[in-house]
Amino acid sequence: MPVAKSVGARIKRREDPRLIQGLATYVDDLQLPGMCYVAFVRSPHAHAKIQSIDTSAASALDGVVSVVTGADVNPDVGGVPCAATDFPNVQVPEHPVLAEDKVRFVGEPLAAVVAVDRYVAQDAVDLVEVDYDPLEAVSDAEAALEPGSVKLYDHFDSNQAFTWDLEGGDVDAGLKEADRVISQRFIHQRLAPNPIEPRGVAADFNAGDEQLTLWSSTQIPHILRTQVALMIGLNENRVRVIAPEVGGGFGCKLNVYAEEAVLGHLAKKLERPVKWMESRRENFLHTIHGRDQLGDVEIGMKNDGTITTLKYNVVADVGSYFQLLTPAIPTLTGLMLCGCYQIRNVSMHLRAAFTNKMSTDAYRGAGRPEATYIVERIVDCVADELGLDPLEVRRKNFIVKDSFPYETGTGLSYDSGDYTIALDKALKNADYEGLRKKQAELRDEGRYLGIGLSTYAEICGMGPSAAMPAGGWESGTVRVDPTGKVTVLTGIKPHGQGQETTFAQLIADGLGVDVDDVKIVHGDTDSVQYGTGTFGSRGTAVGGTAMIMAMEKVKKKVKKFAAHMLEANIDDIELEDDRYVVKGNPERGVSLADVSGHAHRGIDMPEDTEPGLAESHFFEPSNFTYPFGTHIAVVEVDKDTGEVDIQRYVAVDDVGNIINPMIVEGQIHGGIVQGLGQALYEEVIYDESGQVLTGTFMDYTMPKAHFFPRFELDNTVTPTPVNPMGVKGVGEAGTIGSTPAIVNAVIDALKPFGVRHIDMPLRPEKLWRLMNGGESS
Amino acid sequence: MGKIGRIFPLEPVPDTKSACHNCEPVYFGRLPSCEPNLRRIAQSQASSDRVKRQTSATEDTFVKVEITINGESRVHNVEPRTLLVHLIRDVVGLTGTHVGCETSLCGACTVLLNGDAVKSCTLLAVQADGQEITTIEGLSDDGELHPVQEGFWECHGLQCGFCTPGMIMTAAQLLERNKRPTEADIRKGIEGNICRCTGYQHIIDAVQYAAKKMRA
Ligand code: FES
Ligand code: FES
Repeated sequence: MPVAKSVGARIKRREDPRLIQGLATYVDDLQLPGMCYVAFVRSPHAHAKIQSIDTSAASALDGVVSVVTGADVNPDVGGVPCAATDFPNVQVPEHPVLAEDKVRFVGEPLAAVVAVDRYVAQDAVDLVEVDYDPLEAVSDAEAALEPGSVKLYDHFDSNQAFTWDLEGGDVDAGLKEADRVISQRFIHQRLAPNPIEPRGVAADFNAGDEQLTLWSSTQIPHILRTQVALMIGLNENRVRVIAPEVGGGFGCKLNVYAEEAVLGHLAKKLERPVKWMESRRENFLHTIHGRDQLGDVEIGMKNDGTITTLKYNVVADVGSYFQLLTPAIPTLTGLMLCGCYQIRNVSMHLRAAFTNKMSTDAYRGAGRPEATYIVERIVDCVADELGLDPLEVRRKNFIVKDSFPYETGTGLSYDSGDYTIALDKALKNADYEGLRKKQAELRDEGRYLGIGLSTYAEICGMGPSAAMPAGGWESGTVRVDPTGKVTVLTGIKPHGQGQETTFAQLIADGLGVDVDDVKIVHGDTDSVQYGTGTFGSRGTAVGGTAMIMAMEKVKKKVKKFAAHMLEANIDDIELEDDRYVVKGNPERGVSLADVSGHAHRGIDMPEDTEPGLAESHFFEPSNFTYPFGTHIAVVEVDKDTGEVDIQRYVAVDDVGNIINPMIVEGQIHGGIVQGLGQALYEEVIYDESGQVLTGTFMDYTMPKAHFFPRFELDNTVTPTPVNPMGVKGVGEAGTIGSTPAIVNAVIDALKPFGVRHIDMPLRPEKLWRLMNGGESS
Repeated sequence: MGKIGRIFPLEPVPDTKSACHNCEPVYFGRLPSCEPNLRRIAQSQASSDRVKRQTSATEDTFVKVEITINGESRVHNVEPRTLLVHLIRDVVGLTGTHVGCETSLCGACTVLLNGDAVKSCTLLAVQADGQEITTIEGLSDDGELHPVQEGFWECHGLQCGFCTPGMIMTAAQLLERNKRPTEADIRKGIEGNICRCTGYQHIIDAVQYAAKKMRA
């Protein structure tokens, strides 16, 4: 039976049957006999000394198995690790898994209760008596850097966590060269990643085998295994991490958290299975946050719209401790500051501040949305300053098609791109001219239509190991079973991205089997060779490539066998549909099952060939990939209510070659909504005393279905030369591209009110005030 | 026992027949191959704590709940404070119903109570006494997917799948009430369910697909 080509087809996802029938196993679905539940005692104070902890009442409660504090656990469990501490002036705090002397943010864990069910565990948490000596807290990053501010760490000089500088070209010369210079402050508010499945961990220790199994809702099972093994003092090969079904991550599960080590430790110590499932409130308090930068931009321009210089002076609020990648995130902002423009003179001066808040770290886009937001807002500010169409300023400064690979002012090498084609297509799809006409007409009627553009470029496919804090390569193994079915072991950890389908498509076409005969195994460190994980839009671009390279090795061997079996020359063997045939003689052929059966039988082998049919590959990418696109948002802002009605959303994205268009669209839809969430609705707010005011979905506005119109998607295809498939990665493009488009649209709508900039989120109240003569709050 | 599909053989822990919900049979999820060892070690310790807790709880701490889940009537003795979602997940072992916020705001825990979509994280199990519940596991008909399930699969209405069971239950109720929903009806109809992954558009397509199929 001929196998239809599956790459490029809208193939239904193979992971879905279990998910739509309630048959998948997420962490909280695991129930081992005798399993205990763990709950954490967390600080209600943003900053306090712990005077004493009395666990006696909690311990005495029926059904409580154990209550442990930092004093019990910290001698045996190492601190929470950070992989990115190589910065000038860095001050790296100790980060115990359970706070012992001092708490530094609301939600910081300081004791753990183990009980026979989740209700008893919670009861016991309420019985733990902690005597706190509250201290003044600092929750504002700029205030934290002021001399004389309350300090989080007595032994540090100040709350400055580190500094980082980047300069390309000569920014001062760029300023001199400019006809005009403007400056603008931009705030990237703190966001909560909020996967709908919060974090969760289960652990079980088999004393006989000295084997710890740790189930965690994580994006990085292998890195987690290494770190937990080190933290709790087990040999790494005695720790098996399983990331079962994972209900979304968006970067917040690209981390190593205190709870993961504590659960591992407790399972080992108590020799019984334990489980902890994070509540949504805990998720708001003690799962990493994203963004939280506040910076001033100075921009020089020529009268024709040419940008001569860009200076970004920024304070990043890193919260109270370093999580896995905390310090690295704002540096990505610096690298991507030029966006898709030829800005030769560019600089970033970064100061990171400790505050009494949860740590920031990677949240979808991780540092790049901030860059794109700045540069895409800036081109609009330049247009506004010069009275030009923002479109023209973009065209004027675009990196041109034939200059790829293009070296940016920040030292990156953009792989490939053609920014004009995506822009032109989007303009056409949106009917930009028509929209501008309509806008003018409506303004005459006192209605405020806004049109916003974002022509983003982003950095994906992470990445060359030299540029990554914890390795950037990925691994893949392709095994053909004796019956010709294929099993793939991949080091990435899909949790919604659909690689159980797209990888199967690639293998199906590559080896000549049916998609349904390919199984993709991931997320179990005992089954899968070491890998890096899923983040930074790398799953397919890097993990897929590792698999393809392994598959090519398998295929080479298959051809060798086929040639031997068919008594032909290896160079004459080619794959035709599902058979390996002799060129020009297609009746003479064998299937993959024929070959694999032969290879596993072990007799009559071709010369110098080992039996079996399995190969691995570790792929180190030579560069990042740089997807791009144009998003156009059309909004109307109601003067009476300040509400933003998104009327149209047109996106043209270029993510290189596409394996499954349906999955790519899904990634872009979801990304757009998260980007719009930042622009319009979402914000984690801490008050002055460090209390979280947005700790539930009631107070933190998550984007809902009825907030949006139907998105109008299209694409262009500019393959990357970085990997053989030409795929760039699509996980973060939507989020990165969409935020500035919508903000630019709203500000465009409010132009008649003399508005040049508004900080996110663009809440109705803020807009109403601006439109009705009040001050923006 | 309702249909639990591929979940590993349902096996009650021995000697736990009692009136306490902690002592209800414990079911195994799909476990890795090292499971027999885990099971053996865990069991001995488990029973002793459970017994301790059971003996200290007086009879009247627990109330009897008679409930029909996915067509099967069941009787459970639970603490009055037991949430319906925990009865469904931890006691009955139907883990397709998820918990995303415990505050009625995300919809991941949506089940049908006498045909109405409700959030099982903020209902007590005792409130469901004498009522009928349908969970995602009970939606398909003898192995045949419900049109909404089919729509979600056809139209890529899910990514991580965590919101999906709740979203499907809500959509199923929506289509019971409105055979020809417009896109706006659907968007409004699922506003109590949050999806962080899909951006909703493919979910809308999925519900439209199901509506069409159900009309045919
Ligand atoms: S868990 Fe019930 S609504 Fe979120
Ligand atoms: S599919 Fe992940 S939350 Fe909806």
